[in-house]
Parts: sequence; structure tokens; C-alpha cells
Amino acid sequence: MTDVPLARTSPALPLRHRVPVLRWLSAPDQGPLEYGRRLWLKLVLAAIFITLYAPIAILVAFSFNDSRRNIVWQGFTTKYYGIAWRNDSLVEAFVNSLAIAVMCTLIATVIGAMTALLLWRFRFPGKAATEGFMALPIVIPEICMGVALLVFFSRMGRWMATFESGPIAWWNELFSVWPLTLSAITAGHVAFSFPFVAVVVRARMAGFNRELEEASRDLGASEWQTFWNVIFPFMKPGLIAGALLAFTLSLDDFVITFFTSGPDTVTFPVKVYSLVRRGVSPDVNAASTVLIVITLLATILAMRILRPDKGKAL
Amino acid sequence: MTHPIISIRNLTKRFASVVAVDDVTFDIPPNEFFALLGPSGCGKTTLLRMLAGLERPSAGEIVIDGQDMAFTPPNQRPVNMVFQSYAVFPHMTVEQNVAYGLKVVGTPRAEIATRVTDALDMVQLSELAGRRPDQLSGGQRQRVALARALVKRPKVLLLDEPLSALDAKLRDQMRMELTRLQQSVGITFIIVTHDQDEALSMADRIAVMEKGRISQLASPSELYEQPVSRFVADFIGKVNLIDAEVVGTADGGLLCEAKGLGRVTLPHRGHAAGAVAIAIRPEKLTLSAEQPRDDKLVCIRGKVHDVAYFGDTSHVSLVTPSGLELLVNVQNRKAGATRGEELWVSWAPEATLVLTQ
Repeated sequence: MTDVPLARTSPALPLRHRVPVLRWLSAPDQGPLEYGRRLWLKLVLAAIFITLYAPIAILVAFSFNDSRRNIVWQGFTTKYYGIAWRNDSLVEAFVNSLAIAVMCTLIATVIGAMTALLLWRFRFPGKAATEGFMALPIVIPEICMGVALLVFFSRMGRWMATFESGPIAWWNELFSVWPLTLSAITAGHVAFSFPFVAVVVRARMAGFNRELEEASRDLGASEWQTFWNVIFPFMKPGLIAGALLAFTLSLDDFVITFFTSGPDTVTFPVKVYSLVRRGVSPDVNAASTVLIVITLLATILAMRILRPDKGKAL
Repeated sequence: MTHPIISIRNLTKRFASVVAVDDVTFDIPPNEFFALLGPSGCGKTTLLRMLAGLERPSAGEIVIDGQDMAFTPPNQRPVNMVFQSYAVFPHMTVEQNVAYGLKVVGTPRAEIATRVTDALDMVQLSELAGRRPDQLSGGQRQRVALARALVKRPKVLLLDEPLSALDAKLRDQMRMELTRLQQSVGITFIIVTHDQDEALSMADRIAVMEKGRISQLASPSELYEQPVSRFVADFIGKVNLIDAEVVGTADGGLLCEAKGLGRVTLPHRGHAAGAVAIAIRPEKLTLSAEQPRDDKLVCIRGKVHDVAYFGDTSHVSLVTPSGLELLVNVQNRKAGATRGEELWVSWAPEATLVLTQ
């Protein structure tokens, strides 16, 4: 008796309704825009995500692998985090990277914000050209910029060396003190990351109501007061997002850093590269995992700040 | 006559090739509710912004309370502005918004507190002092903008299209409130508007602007009854304009050959010749089924072409056999006109104006 209703309904149902996995993969009665509900699109999407993230997942997983050679899974351990921590040159490179990232973020944010304000606020001859040149570091191949910076800094270094003894010798001395030894790399990082800040801040300022600025002036505020009391608070989400962008860009840059770093100024990505040439050991995995976590946190923070509803509330 | 609070002399503003304000001169006495009225693009907002110091004049003088302030920055002028978008600072509470103008000039804390409280009371916003602008309605935001400007105790308050963003009900309420506010604080209000009803109902005097120039500066009733040009007559209220030609003079008036009317004698002081326009307000026309007996009246027969019903009144549009279209406002005390009906339109010659411009 109980078979009767089944017998009546089952043949009418297509296969994708009867098999749970297929049903999950392809809910058929969806609107044309719900791509995610179509089986083949889901498969493509899954393939893309696997290709993108499997290497990273494996890197993180193998940082816990209890094996010196790190090819076959041997068992869980966290000891390589300890080994990475005790590797002085690796830690030094890591600290260098963080120091560069912090300096670069501060400088790039200020320069980027000022550039954005200039392009947002003023009309001047050659504005379009300025805008184009400003975006150049975003599109220029990193290798070209790296080589250009290498040539520039080596010339600079040779020229500065001629002041070994003399009235401005203190200048050279100053730049042999950490973290100013990292100033060449920092300058390189600022050069390619400040346009990103400028683009983000400019996009934010496009939504600014100019009457707010005029109202502030009208109410008795000077231009300086108007900037800090009215324009800056509006700009802030853009500034924070741009700063985090600059931070992550600086932290994991390899190409430009490689050309501007010297034997005493090794950054984390450059150090990892040199270690990997001798075979990947789990301590490199461990240090990389730490870097991934830092970058990920910064990105999540940036995305939270850039959330559209957040921006409106401000 | 008292010393004018604002005195504008030959003020001109050019933007690249466009002359936004063209050689404007006028005075505004203290405590006046003054309106700048005109269609969009006539230069009224530019004029207001020059008064606030947000635009630099190309030529001319702006004397505010005896001092030439044409090039004084906005933060050093004794005027404050209510912006069209209200420009309430979104990251500050209502209270902080109102206090802002006092804080930036270093007013003592205690004084700020009392003045802000008074200002919020004045616009009935005391309960909402802690709110943020995104929690306020449009009308409330406008009150914040008003309080923020008035707390500075300006000598002149500038209002840029203050009612345009409000819905009809609120607009009427705010209109009365602005008038009340102007009387209670006793300072000059200058309002910019494109809405003639707003200007007529609120202002003591109105400057009608067209293409950067002032067409006429007069009281509301004078503007309505004695417009100096076709533009003003047409812009203020509704009007029937009939093209005519002056053909001679006749005992204290003009003999005109009007298109579709024939020869009419119209009262007019001063000289007029050539092409003119005869202006007559729709409420001064009378409709009747029979031809009126009074031969002093000008009358013409027409066919009702359209009737727009407004409850208390109807706007009847008639077309005469010669193709002249006339608009008549009738009070709906008895049954109104119906479409297609043939009626007589009549008016007293004194009710018409001869416009030479």
C-alpha cells in the first residue's frame, strides 16, 4: 500500500531531484541569475577555488608536518614554528619586512592621500597627465621598476660615498642605523604602493558633498580646521583601507625588494626565496603561514572598513 | 532711511564665457525678508554665494554692514548660510553640528552650551540633540542647518532654496516658521527661490532675476499688479499676454491694435510706441453667457477649450474665433463652464497693463 504513492510520484521526478547530492548541486527552479545553483557552474567554480587555494592549504598543512624533508605527511607537530622562531636570520628578515611595511604604510598613506586630495580638489593644467603618471606604478611591470630603482640607488650610493668624510658625513652615518638602513627598500615600496592609496582615497572623496566644506567655512572655520573637522573624518575609511592595502603590498613584495635589498637588508620574501633554493623545510612553511595570517587579517579589516553600509553611516 | 545692511554695487560674476551675474546694484535694509527669485540659471544662487563669500566676484562691491567684503573669506563675514542640501555634518550629532560654528572660533565652553540649547529650543529640536543626521527626517535636518546658522548670530541669514527638498505639507509649515523666525530674531533673511509662491508669501521685497540681471525689485503686490516686463508678468503668477501695436493716444490712455481683439483704449502712464504686450491676470476676467451691457468693458466671445478644476476655483481656457487663447480663473460658487460652451469674456480696461518690454 505504501508503495503506491511512491510509484506514482517517483517516475515524474527527474534524477537530480531524487539523488540528494545532485539536488544540492542543481536546484532547478531558480531564476536565470542564480548561477550558483547550476551544476556545471558550480563545478567550474569549485575547480577554480581548488586551483587557487589548494597550494596555500597544503603549505599551511605541511607547516605542521613532522618531517625534515617535508614531502610525505609524517605526523602533526608545531615544533617547526619554534625552529623558525629560533632561526635568527629568518626572524631578522621578518622584522625587517614588518619595519619596512610600517614605514611604507605611513609614508604611502600620507603621500597617497595628498595626491588624491590634489586630484579631487583642484583643477590645473596637466591634471589628466598627472593622473596618468600617478597610476603608472600600478601598471608598470614590477621588474622594470625594480631595475630602475637598482640603477638609481646604486648611483646614489656611489655619489653618497664621496661624502665619507666631510661636513655631511653624519648623513651617511645616520642611514647606517636600523631601520634607516631599510630606507632604499622602503622608498621603492612607497613608490609602487602610494598610487593604490591615492586611488582608494580618491574614490572615497568622489562621494563627498562639497557643500559640507562650504558650510564649515561659512560657519567660521579656517581651511585647516575645515580639513581636520569635516574632510578628514569623511576621508578616514578610505585612508584606513588604503593604508592596509599598502601594508599588505609592502609586506609580501618580492621583485622590487629583491633589486633594492643588500646583504644586510634582507626581507622575509627574499629570505624565503634563498632558503627554498636549498629545499623547502617546514620552518619556511611555518613562517609563511604566519605571514599569510597577518596578510589575511589586514585584508579582512580593510574589507570590513570598506563595507558600503559602514561608509554611509560615517 | 536706515543704513542698509547689505549694499551691492555693480556686482558682476563671469564663469569662463558665461556672465552669471551682470552688473547688479541694490540695497537691502536691516530686518528685511528679501527674496531673489528667478528661473534656474538666472544667477540668483551665484549672487547668494558671493554674499556668503563662496564665490569671488569678477567686479563690483559687496558692502556688508558698512564694510566692503567682496573678497573677505567666508569665515570672516557676519553672514551665515543654510545650504540647499542642508550640509549637516554627517559624523556629528545634532548638538555637535550646532556647536561647530562656535567651537571653531574658540567660544568659551559654557557660552557654547547655553547658546546651543537656546538655538535648539528655537527650532524645537531639543529632544533630538543627541541624534545623528542619518536618524533625522529632511525637515529636521533643515532645522539643524537653521539652528547651526542662527547660533552664530549673523547679521544676515542666507537661505538657498530652503523649501525645495521638502514635501508640500511640510513646505507650508516651514514657510510660516521661517517668517515667524525672521520676525523673532530680527535679522535680515535673504532667500533664493525659483518658486514664486514661496517668494510672494514670505518676502517683504523680491528681486526678480533674469539672465544675471535684476528685472524688477519690488514688494510682492507691486510685482504682481505692476510688473515692468513680459518676463516678470509671466514669471509671477499666471497672465494672459496679448501682442498689440500702439496706434495712437486717446484721453489719458493708449489706443492699441491688439491681435484678435481689435482696437482698444487702455490706460497707460508714460510713453509707449510700437509693439507692446497687453497683460491681464486671469482672475480679472469675467465669464458670462450674455454679452455684458456695460460698454466700458472690453468683451469678446470665445469657446471653452479646457477646464482645469481646483476645487475652490477652476481655470478655464477659451479660444476666440480669431485664435486668441485666454485663461480665466473663476470661483466655483455656481456651476462652472463646460468644454465646448460658447461664452463672453469681459474685463475693465483699468485691469490691464501695457508692457513695453
